Amino acid sequence: MKHVIDTKEISGSPNFQLTRFQKLVDWAVNQSRANSLWPMPFGTACCAIEFMATAASRFDLARFGMERQAFSPRQADVLICAGRLPFKLAPVIRRIYDQMPQPKWVISMGACASTGGIFDNYAMVQGIDTIVPVDVYVPGCPPRPEGLLYGILLLHKKIKGESLFDAVKRRDEQPLDERGLRLPPAEIDEISEPFGNSVHQFRSS
Amino acid sequence: MNPTADSLRATFGDAIGRAAPARDGTTVVVVAAARLAEIMRWLKDTPGQRYDYLVDVTAVEYRDKERPLEVVYQLRALERRDNLRVKVELDPQGELAVDSVTSLWAGADWLEREVFDMFGVVFAGHPDLRRILMWETYAEGYPLRKDFPLRGRFSRAEQVRQALNLNPEANYSMEELSIAESFDELPADLRERLRRGERSKIPGSE
Repeated sequence: MKHVIDTKEISGSPNFQLTRFQKLVDWAVNQSRANSLWPMPFGTACCAIEFMATAASRFDLARFGMERQAFSPRQADVLICAGRLPFKLAPVIRRIYDQMPQPKWVISMGACASTGGIFDNYAMVQGIDTIVPVDVYVPGCPPRPEGLLYGILLLHKKIKGESLFDAVKRRDEQPLDERGLRLPPAEIDEISEPFGNSVHQFRSS
Repeated sequence: MNPTADSLRATFGDAIGRAAPARDGTTVVVVAAARLAEIMRWLKDTPGQRYDYLVDVTAVEYRDKERPLEVVYQLRALERRDNLRVKVELDPQGELAVDSVTSLWAGADWLEREVFDMFGVVFAGHPDLRRILMWETYAEGYPLRKDFPLRGRFSRAEQVRQALNLNPEANYSMEELSIAESFDELPADLRERLRRGERSKIPGSE
């Protein structure tokens, strides 16, 4: 509140007018973006069934401006990874993410997409955040449609907090590094650490 | 017990090992790996046998180190409505090689590729023996072997790095494309590349 009182005192200054204008622009842009998200469904497993239920009439994604399912990444805003992701699909989801125009967001739906879930084995990516940056993780196996809707509403909230004029809050493109990785290897290993009962297994090398 | 087992023993003698019904009632016959192709051809072509449908090819490796690795062929005679399970025993420490049955049942093609991919069994005479589930440059070994660690041999970071550096389109072989009846309608340069056995490259993907 102190901040607001301070600016009132200098309400005639050009900086104040600029800030007001920026806030207005941010408000308009963020409202438009948040309320017309076009999802790109990347359904690979049972979570995709719950996603279909969410999109159908009982739960009705269209209430939140997601009427149109963009099955082309070029016309999509939010990538919803619903289901487990094997390593063979890792370059595919990365390419789909790269093909989506800015601004873009990613929802990781379900335990498998977020952490690898019960599939702690040689074939499965242990969390899609080792491949693409993720905005909202929806827990569940699979999550109920209400869970996914709540995740989408959280994403709305996140989008409404973004700012075109603030480099910290603005989401920039995150290309792969020269190794072809999004994160440093040590961080990927840390994210992929086993949890629960599976810590009793061992790695041979 | 399926009478085929006795006919097999009468015809091939020593090449036939133990034969007994499994718990589900299907007769299991263990045959010598060296004479597998001959025995399978006999099972398929002999009147009165006519096992004309190859249901599945798979393999089993047991936890006991003494037990051999088994390649399992599940056969069915469609007209006689009879099942037979043929097994070949291989030494897991030795060379895993067995004759391909693709010349008898074309459907064995992908089934044998899967066994090769998961267990490393080499099928001699297979027209296109490549990995089918894992990608072709997969370097960690054969996942369903008992000496394969569940999470793979490489670290997760290395697995992610290798996966992200794949070119997904490069893994379709031109042989697969040439299966299409439309080979003659393909552009001349593509047909030439198919004849050379070149792997597909999407133009501009390099």
